[in-house]
Amino acid sequence: MYHAMTAMAFAGESGFSGPIQLSGDPKGASVLILGAGLAGMCAAYELRKAGYKVQILEYNDRPGGRNWSLYGGDTYTEMGGFTQKVEFDKGLYLNPGPWRLPYHHHAALHYCKLLNVALEPFTQVNNAALVHSTKAFGGKPKPFREVQADFNGYVAELLAKCTQQGRLDQAVTQEDKELLLAAMREWGALDKSYEYKKGVLSSERRGWLSDPGGGLTSVPTPSEPMAMGDLLKSGLWSAVGAGMIYEFQSVIFQPKGGMGMIGKAFGRELDGVIQYGAKVTDIRQDDRGVTATWIDAKNGGAPRQAHADWCVCTIPASVLSQIPINVGGPMKAAIDALYYDASVKVGLQFKRRFWEQDEAIYGGISYTDQPNSLIGYPSTDYFSSGKGVLLGAYSFGPSAFEYAALSPAERVAKSVEYGANIHPQYREEFENGVGVAWHRVPWTMGCAAHWTEDLRAKHYDDLCAIDGRIVLAGEHASRLPAWQEGALLSSLDAIRRLHQRVLAS
Amino acid sequence: MKAQHHLSAAIALVLAATLAGSTATAQDYPVGHFDEQTGQAIWEGICQGCHMPNAEGAVGAGAYPKLAGDPRLAANVYPVMMVLNGQRAMPAFGANLSDAQVAEVVNYLRTHFGNKYKDPVTPEQVKALRGGS
Repeated sequence: MYHAMTAMAFAGESGFSGPIQLSGDPKGASVLILGAGLAGMCAAYELRKAGYKVQILEYNDRPGGRNWSLYGGDTYTEMGGFTQKVEFDKGLYLNPGPWRLPYHHHAALHYCKLLNVALEPFTQVNNAALVHSTKAFGGKPKPFREVQADFNGYVAELLAKCTQQGRLDQAVTQEDKELLLAAMREWGALDKSYEYKKGVLSSERRGWLSDPGGGLTSVPTPSEPMAMGDLLKSGLWSAVGAGMIYEFQSVIFQPKGGMGMIGKAFGRELDGVIQYGAKVTDIRQDDRGVTATWIDAKNGGAPRQAHADWCVCTIPASVLSQIPINVGGPMKAAIDALYYDASVKVGLQFKRRFWEQDEAIYGGISYTDQPNSLIGYPSTDYFSSGKGVLLGAYSFGPSAFEYAALSPAERVAKSVEYGANIHPQYREEFENGVGVAWHRVPWTMGCAAHWTEDLRAKHYDDLCAIDGRIVLAGEHASRLPAWQEGALLSSLDAIRRLHQRVLAS
Repeated sequence: MKAQHHLSAAIALVLAATLAGSTATAQDYPVGHFDEQTGQAIWEGICQGCHMPNAEGAVGAGAYPKLAGDPRLAANVYPVMMVLNGQRAMPAFGANLSDAQVAEVVNYLRTHFGNKYKDPVTPEQVKALRGGS
């Protein structure tokens, strides 16, 4: 019943049609899974449940892959040998990779529920958070609340003017004209003359210069909207649409205690199945099975081999393209076509939660035109009198490449410098930080597969098709790149097809 | 590291990179340009992220090749093509660097880190190589 309900309810959303049903006896068939990220562990979990013998080879000494949180006491060594010791206080963390679980990512939420991973709300849009441009308003950040209210207000006013001046007669009937005017008044907080201007109406959206009070100090003072031209030229309006993106709409969740809790929970479930610290150096298939050769990731030494009838390979294409593997030309071409995007995250610990205490910012995101791109405020432990960790940088594109080229200490220092232009408290309150640039991450060599429409047309089907006894899975084999949901859906789709192949063979 | 793209691009990049795929095309990615102009600045601003400050490369689950004393750099077309089009884990930078920037960084690499090649590439040569793969 649950299956039927979920299958119907989720149709057309994330592609998750309820818990996977792999019926039919695999007759003791074995599957070798390469990679203990979410895709690999999901495959192992479900295939084992369906009666397969499963084993996983994992490069890291922990489960999760990009599902990962860094805590105080952790040590992280990136490519090139640069080592960072995380000095966060107990309970504070950075999610270097994914940090959000949208409400419609049904597969990710399903496994959280199944594995008893406790979730809490993640705040994406916070009207009290800031929008900042070094080139606008003298470099002074504006509350998102004001930017949104003023932008909507002016757009409503302009549309109302056009409507009144008869400019929309072709597009709008007389009856609809009245409705549109009423809608603009309501949506944009316009006054009786359809103007967006300083007053009670606009202040009820953008906030007051001084808030209403009690007793004899109760008269509120309206605030002054930004001039329309200034707002348009500032570019700050580009933040207005961010929260409207499907993945960024409410409600969004995060695991309590860090995103890495999902990987840990899967890892516990698969205790004894995962060989950690295994660097795969060769993948061979023949008509009887698949053999992966691996060495100890830290110490090298003599090559060892793992063998199974079938293989689910979740190694990122950026790494897999360098490992000898005897798959057919089309799959190999697809693997070789994918480089991975640049991304960086920097976590900064502060002595106190000044964003809450001084600025009433509880969770959410501030945006900036500086290379750090944004500041993310923790969606947890509100009102704690202890320390706090901010996401001090989260960039893609050129800025992320440039961050990767810096030493870890410079990544942190730069992020503090940029952040201080938004929150001057940074200078006094900063304590320590950690910066993860994804091109330096040893097991992914980048953040996520860089797909374009051309690449998809040429290679996507070949990447996902079963090649002999090998099938690939991971966010790179999905249409939700960089999302954990993509990794899980890819894995479920791959094992469904593999299972059919096994039953047919 | 200078802020050089507009705020809208900064936000769009965040969105595009997390959301791209279902509908995004190559052109949908806001193309960010790098500010660095000299060969050394480009090397230090971009390339050393993966190939490391001393061009010695690095090893993890996969590897970034060593470019110090690299005989493959003897043919000057080779590094130009790599920078423009990428190869496997190496990203394509053709859309993010001008012809002059590509020539600058290739010439810097081919005359540093034990590489001593005496035939610099010109922006015109880079331009001619664009579009090939």
